[in-house]
Amino acid sequence: MSSLPPGLILILGGLVLPVLPRSVQAKGALVLPVLGLLQLLFLSEGMSVDVEIAGYSLLPVRVDKLSLVFGYIFYIAAFLAALYALHVRDTTQHVAAMMYVGSAIGAVFAGDLITLFVYWEITALTSVFLIWANRSERAYRAGLRYLVIQIGSGVLLLSGILFYFHESGSLLFTQLIGPGESLVTAGPGVWLIFLAFGIKCAFPLLHNWLQDAYPQATITGAVFLSAFTTKLAVYALARGFPGTEALIGIGVVMTLFPIFFAVIENDLRKVLCYSLNNQLGFMVVGIGIGTELALNGAIAHAFVHILYKALLFMSMGAVLYRTGTIRASELGGLYRSMPWTAAFCIVGAMSISAFPLFSGFVAKSLTMSAVIEGYYVLTFIGLLVASAGVMEHSGIKIPYFAFFGRDSGIRCREAPIHMCLAMGIAAVLCIGIGCFPDLLYALLPYPVDYEPYADFGHSLTQFQLLLFAALAFAVLLRMGLYPPEQNAINLDTDWFYRRLAPNVIHSITNNLANVTDRLTATTRLAGRTLMRSVIRHYGPEGTLARTWPTGSMVLWIAVLLAASLVLYFV
Amino acid sequence: MTLAQLPALQVILPLIAAPLCLLLRSGRLAWLLSILVSATALIIAVLLLRLVLENGTVIYTYGGWAAPWGIEYRVDIANAFVLAIVTSISTVVLLFSRVGASWEIKSSEQSLFYTAYLLCLTGLLGMTVTGDAFNLFVFLEISSLSSYVLIAMGPDRRGLTAAYQYLIMGTIGATFILIAVGLLYMVTGTLNMADLANLLPALEQSRTVRVAFAFLTVGIGLKLAMFPLHLWLPNAYAYAPHVVSAFLAATATKVAVYVLVRFIYDVFGSSFAFDSMPLQSILVVLGAAAVLSGSTVAIFQHNIKRMLGYSSVAQIGYMILGISLASVSGLTATLVHLLNHALMKGGLFLALACMAFQLGGTRLVDLAGAGRRMPWTSAAFVVGGLSLIGVPLTAGFVSKWLLVVAVLEAGWWPVLIVIAVGSLLAVAYIWRVIEMIYFRSATNPDEHSEETHWSLLAPVWLLIVANVYFGLHTQWSVGVAQRAAQMLFGGPG
Repeated sequence: MSSLPPGLILILGGLVLPVLPRSVQAKGALVLPVLGLLQLLFLSEGMSVDVEIAGYSLLPVRVDKLSLVFGYIFYIAAFLAALYALHVRDTTQHVAAMMYVGSAIGAVFAGDLITLFVYWEITALTSVFLIWANRSERAYRAGLRYLVIQIGSGVLLLSGILFYFHESGSLLFTQLIGPGESLVTAGPGVWLIFLAFGIKCAFPLLHNWLQDAYPQATITGAVFLSAFTTKLAVYALARGFPGTEALIGIGVVMTLFPIFFAVIENDLRKVLCYSLNNQLGFMVVGIGIGTELALNGAIAHAFVHILYKALLFMSMGAVLYRTGTIRASELGGLYRSMPWTAAFCIVGAMSISAFPLFSGFVAKSLTMSAVIEGYYVLTFIGLLVASAGVMEHSGIKIPYFAFFGRDSGIRCREAPIHMCLAMGIAAVLCIGIGCFPDLLYALLPYPVDYEPYADFGHSLTQFQLLLFAALAFAVLLRMGLYPPEQNAINLDTDWFYRRLAPNVIHSITNNLANVTDRLTATTRLAGRTLMRSVIRHYGPEGTLARTWPTGSMVLWIAVLLAASLVLYFV
Repeated sequence: MTLAQLPALQVILPLIAAPLCLLLRSGRLAWLLSILVSATALIIAVLLLRLVLENGTVIYTYGGWAAPWGIEYRVDIANAFVLAIVTSISTVVLLFSRVGASWEIKSSEQSLFYTAYLLCLTGLLGMTVTGDAFNLFVFLEISSLSSYVLIAMGPDRRGLTAAYQYLIMGTIGATFILIAVGLLYMVTGTLNMADLANLLPALEQSRTVRVAFAFLTVGIGLKLAMFPLHLWLPNAYAYAPHVVSAFLAATATKVAVYVLVRFIYDVFGSSFAFDSMPLQSILVVLGAAAVLSGSTVAIFQHNIKRMLGYSSVAQIGYMILGISLASVSGLTATLVHLLNHALMKGGLFLALACMAFQLGGTRLVDLAGAGRRMPWTSAAFVVGGLSLIGVPLTAGFVSKWLLVVAVLEAGWWPVLIVIAVGSLLAVAYIWRVIEMIYFRSATNPDEHSEETHWSLLAPVWLLIVANVYFGLHTQWSVGVAQRAAQMLFGGPG
């Protein structure tokens, strides 16, 4: 039992699900995380399983405090999401979700890089089905883009591992940058691994797959997706790159830039994706600082973030489920129809905004104190601005536009009972952790002697910050300065590769045509000739693909024989 | 029967059974005899492999005539490994062909089919087991002639031209090998491979030996479809009966690769081949060209069988790259890939055969919507395809990993890029099929076709499971290949 890799229960269980009758599958998916969590409770710290494959010693299972804390929260999130998805009668989604969760948990317990890579790829391959399960052309295309980027991250990881193994001779997944080294001097292997983690963690400019794909996922799929992929990357960074200075800068930028997109975005699930991106920034900063306090902060943040982000995605999912739309411009005034969902959403919103007595506060305080302790002044200011921004777009905007604001006239029923139950449990956990932070602190890898409420000044600062953010929102809204929710498409950096790159190439060729007709004609001809030559040589009737006359085949033999004879004599 | 007779029995059993098949006349009885013989050959191969792994090289002298005058069979780890691959693939394909062959081959010709099949098996096993250069040529001819017959036997009339072209090319290849063996006999006066290996180092400067080497590499290159001598292969695989494609793709080129390895590393010695001769640069260039060109052409193919043929050309390119590294790790990668490629291509061709029987063709459009109609076969094709790409947890990954490690060891960065690009191209051509199977609806949905018969599925899944097994449990495959490679480099057997 204890030698069974954690996560395998879910992967194998997921494979068994299709055998069950359709009506039982959702319940099966609910039981699996419970079984997994039970197995996790039997695991003891310091336990590991090592095997020898092809002369490489691997460590498929390694249990320590860092893996355990992620293991617990992953199982809790899986349970909540499965409860939320109890109404779903789609085999693909259940199987994909269970295997996705299982591989994410397996990755967290992987002790060597090869095992990590295998699970890394399975999470990519299985999670894409949660997007495709929407079964629309848009979802298919978004899923394909998502898959390409995720697999790309895996390929980078594998090549990084190869380089790293070649340089260091070790496959063990531990801190990848030695004590005396920095990221710059670490060599190509570590760079590639860093980049692979960065893609999955949605670093600035590598982030757009997240906002592109998650809003296209199914209602329940988005809840699963929000919890695992990026947090797996946070875990990997915490394990491999603690104390890497570059992460502080990256993290601050990550917390800031999504705010602007989030404020003007109309699709509320997309708003949540931007705020997810912003929250990841806080964790990345914590990992970058790398002190015990900061790492604790990052991990605690990941823990509570999974809960309240899932809660917010669940509440928005419930709105989408009942009303059929998630555009802010079409929603409003839903608190009459969906009072419970509205209440849960507000709990999630207050948690993410880090109101004292809510879970976000007790986690974010750790990171902020670590920032203060290390005298990172600019970082501190950046994070403060970002905190106000979070309040703006997630804390106020989401509940306001969905449940209050202008009455849209939509009257629908309250969310189904199992959805309310899942949201309720998540909300209780959010408040519970906020009131009794020691429960969370006991799980963290390093001892915590921090009492978030002892420092009254900090609570006060936070309150003022939040109130002013709320005031700003109210004033802007009153004065009509708040960007109105329009049914429009906002451009993010993915525009560069989805629109700009094709357009630029097009316009360049067009402009050139105006200036020098002849030049373009030649370039176009060259491009066309290149493609034509690829088709001519490799296409179905291409030189290299068609059936050759026997005589020409024999000619090649003569050529090769002559060439080898000449070469052997020289 | 003592263990000492095993090397002879390995070849003689199918040789004797082949004409018996002809006499039986009934297709069913011929099949029964063939599968019995093939299974026995498999047992013999396994026994031989165990014997060799424990006691070292086994030598059998025909008629008690000691080498170098008599013909001797010499089984060491390298060829015992290949024997095991050939016999196991042959047995699985025969399991499949009880139903599989009856759909493509007229019942009146079935006993002929099994006769040719067993003769082909005899030839391949003989080429592998023999320690005599001229004897090798004889078995090469036996296997070649019978495979021409097998390819031409299908219902597709284009198989006739494909077989004809293969006949011309194969004969030229065999002639080149014969010329090379003749030249070697001229200077050394011996045909025994071990004896040749002893005598050749002294004759390194001899022009005759160099010419022999050129003829030999080109001749074997033809048989193993080394780029640009691969032109016969795609058509031969595409238009042959499906079972024959599976059998030949998984065994014939593998044996030819083994023969090349044997001559380069054992008979001529790696110092002659790589230090005095520029073989390394030739092989690297041709191997890389095979990987890139074969994979690119495969992307544009309409016929999946032809696509798999071009993919074979690319996969052989990987093996050539492994050989060209002239290191133990490179050779290990090649030998492991012999096994793994046999498993994946065998599995893919058999899965494709199932689809062809149910859906009426092997063109890409024929497979539309197969995912719903034939879930098990489609899943098998996907797993096989993943292995071909080299996705972790499959056998293909193990081969690619070993090859990459060997290339890194030599510091050949450009080759690393070739391997990476080749893998990406493989993703492209496999994805085309997967998209057609799972994301397109059938062109004629009213026509109700179902999952294929279990007796066809069982052999397919046997190979597919083996793909996963050897992807996870590499101790045996890599261990044996490593020992074989060390032995070929002159280490202890």
